[in-house]
Amino acid sequence: MSGLFQNIGFLQQGPFSIPRWEALFSHLDVLGQGALVTLLVASLGLALALALGTVIGVMSTSHWKILRGIARVYVEFFQNTPLLIQVFMLYNALPMLYPQVMIPVIVIGIMGVGMYHGAYIGEVVRAGIQSIGRGQLEAALAQGFSYVGAMRYIIIPQAMRIVLPPLTNQAVNLIKNTSVIAIIAGGDLMYAGDSFAGRYGHYGPTYIVVGLGYFLMCFPLAVLTRRLEDRTKGV
Amino acid sequence: MIKLVDVNKHFGLHHVLKDINLEVPMGEKLVVIGPSGGGKSTLIRCINMLERPSSGHVVVDAVDLMAHRAPIAKIRQSVAMVFQSFNLYPHKTVLENCTLAPIVVKGVPKEEATETALGYLERVGLREKADQYPAQLSGGQQQRVAIARALNMHPKVMLFDEPTSALDPEMIQEVLDVIIGLAHSGITMVVVTHEMGFAHEAADRVVFLDDGMIIEEGTPEHFFKNPQHDRTKLFLSKILR
Ligand SMILES: Nc1ncnc2c1ncn2[C@@H]1O[C@H](COP(=O)(O)OP(=O)(O)OP(=O)(O)O)[C@@H](O)[C@H]1O
Ligand SMILES: [Mg+2]
Repeated sequence: MSGLFQNIGFLQQGPFSIPRWEALFSHLDVLGQGALVTLLVASLGLALALALGTVIGVMSTSHWKILRGIARVYVEFFQNTPLLIQVFMLYNALPMLYPQVMIPVIVIGIMGVGMYHGAYIGEVVRAGIQSIGRGQLEAALAQGFSYVGAMRYIIIPQAMRIVLPPLTNQAVNLIKNTSVIAIIAGGDLMYAGDSFAGRYGHYGPTYIVVGLGYFLMCFPLAVLTRRLEDRTKGV
Repeated sequence: MIKLVDVNKHFGLHHVLKDINLEVPMGEKLVVIGPSGGGKSTLIRCINMLERPSSGHVVVDAVDLMAHRAPIAKIRQSVAMVFQSFNLYPHKTVLENCTLAPIVVKGVPKEEATETALGYLERVGLREKADQYPAQLSGGQQQRVAIARALNMHPKVMLFDEPTSALDPEMIQEVLDVIIGLAHSGITMVVVTHEMGFAHEAADRVVFLDDGMIIEEGTPEHFFKNPQHDRTKLFLSKILR
């Protein structure tokens, strides 16, 4: 028992010492800036992912083989390669092909998580559309709706209720995955934390606070997911 | 109004419609009867191209729907269909079910679509349910809403595929009464049904479809009094117990 109290020195030195915490708390604004970048990349990335996912999901359920094929290839490509490679492609390989275009890192982050999660959301949307009975599409077509019109007014609004829980779950993953841009100096929360920590070796406290930052962004969505799931089951 | 010429339909190796030739003049009420699996649904679904025939011609309102780039969606606006399983839009109210397609597809102003919809809901006896959702209605009520939804497109043709066979017995008559009422208007109707009482009351002509072929056709009286073919007799003896 007394051994614990003899080791009280960990408050003076070591990875979690009080001076390290103090240093971190006097530089919290740096992390705040990073968090804003993360929120920006996450929200625009999510918008892109939703748009792509809806298009891919609708394509995957169309009668046209070509459209289904394109959607399939897209989904399999993005689901079965690491997000990191996709981001590196945009960051390193694309400028070699087109040296004149210079994509800002933030945009690379948005495109990276947007396209990657677009594939997953595409699958969620596909499953949602397929869960709506065929009779709904037939009723709409029989009234003179086009395929796209039937999707827009009849099928997708119904599928939305079903896909909302898996969709918020995707949003949580997307927020966490924005941290890949730290590797390409993205200026996001992970990057801000890591570069601050690395300068003086304040890794311990910084990673805890950075982790807490992500937690605060994701946890409410996770709670929302569970609520929505309960609601879906309820009806 | 409707003309099927040498229509064939295959589902894989299964030959479901065999050289169907059928003409439905404007204003005619045609009833299609026949045993399960005989191809009745497939036939009626070919009229609005929910099933595309493997060969032949489907001419509706003087437009060959099998032609390249035929205006199928346009023709569907004037060919309404009522399904066995109602297929109301569950996320829309009764009123919205009736107004959605007129507004979105035909571009009818919202006020006008609402007014006519309320008129048709009145006609099927459900005006007071306008703001409820389909799930809050009984099967018979849902089917009557489906009829009002169809009518609000102001169709020239109405197709019914077994409109009462998913209903509890006590609800069948309320739906049949609505359809009989419609039959007395000038609209062209094709009705797949086993309700021979309905056929007797409303049909100009009955066709008996079995194994993908039109075996026999005639007036309702013909089928009651002297059906010719053995298959027709056998079928009628089962449904007219
Ligand atoms: N989409 C489909 N794919 C494959 N086979 C089909 C399809 N639709 C119908 N069939 C087959 O075609 C045949 C005719 O079916 P159809 O639904 O037209 O019959 P029906 O006369 O309407 O029967 P019921 O009285 O049971 O409704 C059946 O053998 C059915 O199994
Ligand atoms: Mg049928």
